[in-house]
Amino acid sequence: MSLARNLLVATLMTVVTTLLLGVLYPLGITAVSQLAFRDKANGQLIARNGVTVGSRLIGQGFSKPGYFHSRPSATSTPYDAANSAGSQYGPTNRKLVDAVRANVASVRGDNPGAPVPVDLVTTSASGFDPHISPAAALFQVPRVARERHASESDVRALVSAHTEGRTFGLLGEPRVNVLELNLALDDRFPPSR
Amino acid sequence: MATHPKTHALSIWDPHIVRRASIDALRKLHPRTMARNPVMFVVEIGSVLATWRLAQGILSGSGHVGFELQITGWLWLTVLFANFAEAMAEGRGKAQADTLRRARTETVANREGADGMLEQVPAPGLRKGDVVRVTAGEVIPVDGEIIEGVASVDESAITGESAPVIRESGGDRSAVTGGTRVLSDWIRVRITANPGETFLDRMISLVEGAARQKTPNEIALNILLAGLTIVFLIAVITLQPFAVYSGAPQSLFVLISLLVCLIPTTIGGLLSAIGIAGMDRLVQHNVLAMSGRAVEAAGDVHTLLLDKTGTITLGNRQASDFLPLPGVSQARLAEAALLASLPDETPEGRSIVSLARETYRAQGPRFAEGDMTFVPFTAQTRMSGVDLRLAAAVGHGGSTTTLVPSRAIRKGAADAIDRWVRAQEGQVPAQLAPIVERVARAGGTPLVVAEGAEPLGVIHLKDIVKSGMRERFAHLRAMGIKTVMITGDNPLTAAAIASEAGVDDFLAQATPEDKMTLIKREQAEGKLVAMTGDGTNDAPALAQADVGVAMNTGTQAAKEAGNMVDLDSNPTKLIEIVEIGKQLLITRGALTTFSIANDLAKYFAIIPAMFVVAFPHLQALNIMRLQTPESAILSAVIFNALIIIALVPLALRGVKYRPAGAAALLRRNLLVYGLGGILFPFLGIKAIDLIVAALGLA
Amino acid sequence: MTLNGWLQILFFLATVALVTRPLGAYMARVFNGEPTWLAPVVRPCERLVFRLTGVDEQHEMRWTEYAVSLLLFSIVSMLVLYAMQRLQAFLPWNPQHFPAVAPDLAFNTAASFTTNTNWQAYSGESTMSYFTQMAGLAYHNFVSAAVGLAVAIAFVRGIAARERGTIGNFWVDLVRGTLYILLPIAIVGALFLVSQGVVQNLRAYDTVHTVEGAVQTIAQGPVASQEAIKQFGTNGGGFFNANSAHPFENPTPLSNWFAMFAIFAIPSALTYTLGRMTGSQRHGWAVWAAMAFLFVAGVTTAYWAEARGNPLLTSAGADQTVSALSSGGNMEGKEVRFGIANTALFATVTTDASCGAVNGWHDSFTALGGLVPLANIQLSEVVFGGVGAGMYGVLVYIILAVFIAGLMVGRTPEYLGKKIQAFEVQMAMLTVLVFSLVILAFTAVSSVTTHGTAGIFNAGPHGLSELLYAYSSAAGNNGSAFGGLSANTLWFNTTLGLTMLIGRFFMLIPPLAIAGSLSRKKLVPESSGTFPVTTPLFSGLLVGVIVIVGALTFFPALSLGPVVEHFLMQSGQVF
Repeated sequence: MSLARNLLVATLMTVVTTLLLGVLYPLGITAVSQLAFRDKANGQLIARNGVTVGSRLIGQGFSKPGYFHSRPSATSTPYDAANSAGSQYGPTNRKLVDAVRANVASVRGDNPGAPVPVDLVTTSASGFDPHISPAAALFQVPRVARERHASESDVRALVSAHTEGRTFGLLGEPRVNVLELNLALDDRFPPSR
Repeated sequence: MATHPKTHALSIWDPHIVRRASIDALRKLHPRTMARNPVMFVVEIGSVLATWRLAQGILSGSGHVGFELQITGWLWLTVLFANFAEAMAEGRGKAQADTLRRARTETVANREGADGMLEQVPAPGLRKGDVVRVTAGEVIPVDGEIIEGVASVDESAITGESAPVIRESGGDRSAVTGGTRVLSDWIRVRITANPGETFLDRMISLVEGAARQKTPNEIALNILLAGLTIVFLIAVITLQPFAVYSGAPQSLFVLISLLVCLIPTTIGGLLSAIGIAGMDRLVQHNVLAMSGRAVEAAGDVHTLLLDKTGTITLGNRQASDFLPLPGVSQARLAEAALLASLPDETPEGRSIVSLARETYRAQGPRFAEGDMTFVPFTAQTRMSGVDLRLAAAVGHGGSTTTLVPSRAIRKGAADAIDRWVRAQEGQVPAQLAPIVERVARAGGTPLVVAEGAEPLGVIHLKDIVKSGMRERFAHLRAMGIKTVMITGDNPLTAAAIASEAGVDDFLAQATPEDKMTLIKREQAEGKLVAMTGDGTNDAPALAQADVGVAMNTGTQAAKEAGNMVDLDSNPTKLIEIVEIGKQLLITRGALTTFSIANDLAKYFAIIPAMFVVAFPHLQALNIMRLQTPESAILSAVIFNALIIIALVPLALRGVKYRPAGAAALLRRNLLVYGLGGILFPFLGIKAIDLIVAALGLA
Repeated sequence: MTLNGWLQILFFLATVALVTRPLGAYMARVFNGEPTWLAPVVRPCERLVFRLTGVDEQHEMRWTEYAVSLLLFSIVSMLVLYAMQRLQAFLPWNPQHFPAVAPDLAFNTAASFTTNTNWQAYSGESTMSYFTQMAGLAYHNFVSAAVGLAVAIAFVRGIAARERGTIGNFWVDLVRGTLYILLPIAIVGALFLVSQGVVQNLRAYDTVHTVEGAVQTIAQGPVASQEAIKQFGTNGGGFFNANSAHPFENPTPLSNWFAMFAIFAIPSALTYTLGRMTGSQRHGWAVWAAMAFLFVAGVTTAYWAEARGNPLLTSAGADQTVSALSSGGNMEGKEVRFGIANTALFATVTTDASCGAVNGWHDSFTALGGLVPLANIQLSEVVFGGVGAGMYGVLVYIILAVFIAGLMVGRTPEYLGKKIQAFEVQMAMLTVLVFSLVILAFTAVSSVTTHGTAGIFNAGPHGLSELLYAYSSAAGNNGSAFGGLSANTLWFNTTLGLTMLIGRFFMLIPPLAIAGSLSRKKLVPESSGTFPVTTPLFSGLLVGVIVIVGALTFFPALSLGPVVEHFLMQSGQVF
């Protein structure tokens, strides 16, 4: 085949396959997804009282003592779900050690004496990890219970109810979805005004 | 295995060779010579750079002269050791060449002029096509072919074998070699080689290595080694910026030391020595390979074509029985056999004569001169015998002669005799076939005797298989080599001997054309074929075969067609040739593996030493617990240099070779040279470090 | 390390092993042109493509024509991607109204996606329009994988051919690989991912008011359709910056398993295809075993290092011990749903293959945990490897292994009946050489010039690791990063773009040349003298050669990066 002819084939091939793989395929998948998995295809947004308060999958920041707190976020403004990012701190970076030390100091008072679960004081990969470990949730129970004027055992039961186990008992790690837990918290133990 | 004390009893460390090699090692430092070996060339450049920097350091009074001097010295020694290894390998060849040169003394030849008169010409004045006359006591001036006469010749100058051999015109024993001496009689020889192109010349240049070209595997290996060298060059050159980034820049000496230790100097330094030594090993077995390529091909051979006679069985078959057809007396058969064999000088022929004389007291009639004509054996007719054309003399005195009818007696293979009888419109009795078959089944050679159109019976020739052949063939099989026995025997005999000897296959009633067909068929399947041959009619097959070993006693045509010549003319040697070929490849592979595997330990010696000052925690990588950074680097460099010398005997002798399957060989060699190559330098470097520390060198 | 962690790793490997045979046999049928069960649907499509593009299916190519066709296709499609990024403001599906991508970044990204690297010097959700993502980036996810697949198959054909001289037709292989293999798998995979919660829409980003009253913008997009081929094609270029750590790209442990499974599925199956097409099924499994061994070695190290954690965090007051309620370990830059085991596993898988997708930040791994992905890439990603790229990469190593050790059986080295001679060794060494040269030379220059050091985020030895990782990732066409490096600069965009192109085409044309050379050779029949390529010994030898070639080349550089950092980390030093 001559070079010119080959170049023509290459060009035609690019055009034809782009139409098929770059346009038809994603549009087709979008169409089927929107029909078959409408909620999931659109990000599982959660509405409360007609207001969209977030996505089940996207973590958000909680700073009030009456809520369970999510993990630290390393996005430029915390929990920026339009600009996912991690801290990129290397293991010997002084800033990492300083940040963790500061985070430990800020949560230490929640549950004096208890070991501070590592996930609660380290930043997540996405910047909006929707989950914390059950240990991190339980660590916060005394503070939340105090703020919500609820018994620790009731709050602990709520945490247990919102603890997702491993898929098939095998895959992933046990975890607590912070947004869902906090929404349930608001339902069960409405914050005192 | 016959070795020839006269030319080949050179020990590896023969002082004469060592002395000459030491001088050659220096001479080889010339960059043009070094550039042929990229690995060692890099070491030489490194040595020059180190020397230059050392001189600078000494002049300016800076630097760490004691350490740098030692490093520089050992770098040069590394180059010299590699050169020495090559020179050692060449030295053995050179010593042999000197012996051969002595045989090429200037002789004066008696050339026949156009008028048939003899004229005296110095040997170098002879040209192809000239005819010379050589008489007893004279040296044959140049290679040639006997066109008249028969003589016994002392070929010990070439073969190292002192027993004289018979050379005669016509047939397959007509070639003579320049430098050999006629012991008896005289011969007329047509010159077949111009000066400088004779067998002796070729042999000298071969053993000297002057004609040495890199073989295909050697070229590929050189590419690998050059590639690895460049990779390490990149790794070491880029290490300096990384070291600068890390705040630990390195001195030139340390970087060159690291580079020289990493590049495959062990195999790079020994590679050409291995190749030369491989050729040399063949020479020690009295085999001349016309190219290194042929030696490598020998290692690759899949199929060995072995002539039965002389290779698998002892040359002399013995007549053990006369088996007459019904209606023929023992005596008549014995007499015919005797007559047919009287002029037959082959061992078989003589054994028939003696069996007939001693056991059956057969007396052939006595004949007047010229009464009988011998019909010699040819590969085409595959029978021999006599024609008696004149009357036999009866009684003494010879006053009366009785005319008897002409007799034509033949002995030969069953099918050949069958054809002959039928050609004369004779009948072959049905009883013949079972007799032939019985003999053949027993592994004997049935020789049918017929007189005129009448078959008389069968001579039972017994074949004797050489001892130990079965084991050798089993070894070959384990190596994945198929053996095919070539024989003129009928299929039944061939099958019996084949099974007794343990060959994989046989080609019975083989003609030279059959041989050729077989070779081509094997090659079409992608196999490499090796064979031996001596006759002119073997020449095409010898040329076609991937490894063709011509017997030195053979014709000029055969010797030119093959790519090796066996000076001992021992067809069994093919097996050793294959083993030498394999050993050559294995030695290269083993030392390559060893060389690369060595690098691991050198890393663990040098890398921590380089950076332990900037990062004391890297002491954890100093698993050999070497005393100081300087001592660690020096020890690695010393080890790297000494290992070349330590492996010279292995390179020259070749690694120990045991015939076995590829899987077993690989397992063993990987264990010894791969795993061993990883572990050994840890011990070696540690030991040197202890010595270096004890002597306070670093 | 926990039992559950090991069970997850084992489960993953088992599923990969299970798919190897059926998928491998299917691919062999596809590339041999034999009918398959998808043919009734796909064959008409295929014929249509050939008619539209004017490809003659019967035409057989020598390696040179194959290589030229491949290069032309890569050049044209790379130019189209460059143009698309520069013109995206004028193209449809750009709800966030992103402007044209800067020229150096557009070049870098075009090189990156054409070469199957999918290095991302940009942040997807803030740079690329939906159209660019779909028709430009996701499109290249398909075809760059198909190109790799084609080269692998051409190589295998070269081994199996008997004195033929041709190695197939590039266009046919490209189209078959796409239509019969990648597209059907991607369709199924995309829908499965949507069922797990991966988004698939063309809507504008959502703005929500959080429980505490803050405003949060949530990026959206046609993610699942890209995610599926991103994993199956071992591309790795995330729709979002956080890649597979982003909950919309990788929402559940099951989607995470699927992502990893997808990375290894085709490369693992190719070992079976190799066995099938060369008539030595046991050889295929021997290669698989070598790969599986290296995989297990890598994941063990990474899992151990990450689970053990960072002593500096402990001293800062964090509790890294594992318990039923916490995965413990070094959780910086990791997601809770994946924990330590799945993140270490993902990092190993993505760098064993040339994928480069990440579900946690390699930059934040412990020193040895981060060494594993870096070393994996530097072994040229032949542990299953990229789609096709892993196969032709490992074949190059096999050629070297067979050559070095093959001499030790006393024969001219042979691989599956083909003699390995000077030309093959030359081409194999060329790939090794170019690979080490681009990585080490560019890293060296970057480590001592401000162009390079200005981009370093983590000081000390870790900074050197960042540079080394970037060029290794680019040369290996991996695309993962020690993400702290500020790589969106003229220096890095240009040099990394070049590195990717060199790393792609210098790794791909020499194997084609080897294939062409092998295809012309006679097939030497097997005997007990033949170098064994079906035994555990061979697998061990292959592992040895891969590790030794890689270690010898990169150990000095690594010793000043992750290795020394490990000792410093243990002793509590910070930078």
